[in-house]
Amino acid sequence: MSDASLDIPILGEPTGSALPADPGHEGKGEIHLVHLYPREMSIYGDLGNTRCLAARIRRHGYVPVVHQHHPGQPFPEQAHLVVGGGGQDSGQAKVEEDLERIAERLRSLAADGTPMLMICGMYQLFGNAFVTVEGQRLPGLGILDVTTQGNEKRMIGPVVLTTDHGDVVGYENHSGSTTLGAGQAPFGRVRHGMGNNGADGTEGAVTGHVIGSYLHGPILPANPRLADTLIGWAAELATGRDFAPEQLDDEVARQAQSRQVRRLVG
Amino acid sequence: MLKTAVAAFAGKTARRAARLRGGGSGGSALPGLVAEKIDPGFLAHALGDVPGGIVVVSGTNGKTTTTKMLVALLRAHGRTVFTNPTGSNFTRGVISALLAERLHRGRLQADIAVLELDEAHALHFARAVAPTHALLLNVARDQLDRFAEIDHTAGLLTQLAGMTTQGVVLNRDDPFVNRIATTVSGLDIAWFGLDATIADRLGELQEHDARGHDTYTPPPVGPHDALLQPVDEHELSVLFGEQGEGGRVGPVSLRQRGLAAMINATAATATARALLGDGFRTDAAEQALRTVAPPFGRGEVVDADGTPLELVLVKNPAGFTVALGTYGSTPVATMVAINDDYADGRDVSWLYDVSFESLRDKGVAITSGVRGWDMALRLQYDDVPVADTEVDLAAALDRFLADHRDEPKRIFCTYTAMLALRRMLGERYDLPEMGVDAPEGAQ
Ligand SMILES: [Zn+2]
Repeated sequence: MSDASLDIPILGEPTGSALPADPGHEGKGEIHLVHLYPREMSIYGDLGNTRCLAARIRRHGYVPVVHQHHPGQPFPEQAHLVVGGGGQDSGQAKVEEDLERIAERLRSLAADGTPMLMICGMYQLFGNAFVTVEGQRLPGLGILDVTTQGNEKRMIGPVVLTTDHGDVVGYENHSGSTTLGAGQAPFGRVRHGMGNNGADGTEGAVTGHVIGSYLHGPILPANPRLADTLIGWAAELATGRDFAPEQLDDEVARQAQSRQVRRLVG
Repeated sequence: MLKTAVAAFAGKTARRAARLRGGGSGGSALPGLVAEKIDPGFLAHALGDVPGGIVVVSGTNGKTTTTKMLVALLRAHGRTVFTNPTGSNFTRGVISALLAERLHRGRLQADIAVLELDEAHALHFARAVAPTHALLLNVARDQLDRFAEIDHTAGLLTQLAGMTTQGVVLNRDDPFVNRIATTVSGLDIAWFGLDATIADRLGELQEHDARGHDTYTPPPVGPHDALLQPVDEHELSVLFGEQGEGGRVGPVSLRQRGLAAMINATAATATARALLGDGFRTDAAEQALRTVAPPFGRGEVVDADGTPLELVLVKNPAGFTVALGTYGSTPVATMVAINDDYADGRDVSWLYDVSFESLRDKGVAITSGVRGWDMALRLQYDDVPVADTEVDLAAALDRFLADHRDEPKRIFCTYTAMLALRRMLGERYDLPEMGVDAPEGAQ
């Protein structure tokens, strides 16, 4: 168990939501959700992704168990879904050492098909390397075959993508310019915005069930299909059975998303 | 000098032209741009003769309210104060305001200048004219697409303090602001903050985002440090020194409610005392705090067909959290209007760093603005019922006023939504034009 006193509030999530359900109250099953470095790496509302996942896991009849992983703490024993967000440079520096420590665990989870969603700074750290403006090469986890080059100029603004999970809307705010390795699939194709590098029309990266993306927004509430894809993968991993979703009313999210698409790409 | 007079004349002409074209706001950037082009030294020259000092008020939240309070405090002490109009916190807004003044050979005739400037423009301004004093309120995430990082914003204020020539006034309780004390030398430092008896309410003033930072402990409270002691939602005292051994202002009731307005009043009082020294008078300070009206759209109360309608500007997680805490004790019919223009912050992610649970019982009557559906979605994740969503602000306002005619109402809105709604309300209820303050105490 990690030290819960370090946890920060995830708005809407009850404190102690890292506790397993009482016996007999597991619903369709427990799904253990791990948010990496919520203090250091969840700027721009990225904790909203975790909130969204936990809420939708409940609405689908499962029980979310939300863990926060902090630097220096033991990594949770069970992990069916792992999320991470963006941070300031100071935040990134604080997690690098810990990330090296838990790298093997994350790599094996990824190899076993554990769904992961890594946004912005954590997306970069899941790549092969980050090359600073001064030319210094900082190695990453190498779970995604991408390399990021530091930039003076930031890429900022609203984004619309076409992805395997339908249209995806969000907001990018990054100074790194990311290039995909030869066989690396992108997460989406840019219809509005800059994406990985502003040049090749790609955004993010996908390997197996690991998704990296620059999109804040946060990305999941406005794109519930993507959220449910991640939950579905996690549910199968957690229960060994097919995902058994409920029919959710996503009309408000559909309105929010389709209006952004219409506004930005017509 | 002649060049500056020419600059002032050209700027004034541009200003008149802008007014005639129906801008009417008085805060237009164009005249400032004209004057700046003709004489880059215009600012330095125009403000060069101000004897009582040039005070810059900066920080993320509360600049406008605090500036207005500080101006009122100084005027109550008989000082002639030059200030930039409500919310025009860019350098050119200052130049425009200067051009509206009667300049003597291009020089401003005033005892003291109090200028509200956002973090980046404060530096731009300080490069032209070194401030004598800086009042630094707080650092929170705001429109991060502009400043990118909160550390960066904190750095801007630190630089501003470094360019100040006489004194800084710092927030004891803000971890990004209080450490600035370690970086300045040869300056007088005055402090403001919460009295120890209400230290547990600090969370109401800050988002949870001071996370991951080492804390600095400011020096023990001295007899000139101003500490806030609230009485109720409107009434407060400002104590100088731990037990008020250096004097006290109040108890006095503000026309704005809540802890945020009170800490602004405390900051303004600390600054007034630092500027006035022995000339600071308790009775004048109390009179000023009692009568100063809330700036437009910042807790302003409009009489809407006989029931009060509060217009509350929200710009960032800290501000929205504080506003919900301030108003949560009196639930009323609520509208939330979210735009995503540049001045609003184009990224609406920040809504997920605010907890809306206090709205759950009463629900929200209508969400509006360009991102009205995103707001509704956010509320859905906090289980707050939303009765209606209408992205068009005018249609939403019509419906909100009609459906809730006989009850008190409140609108939380981002900056451009506030401007639009305030204009519509102004036409409907015959309110004074924005940027033209009603005489103090006239209400
Ligand atoms: Zn980012």
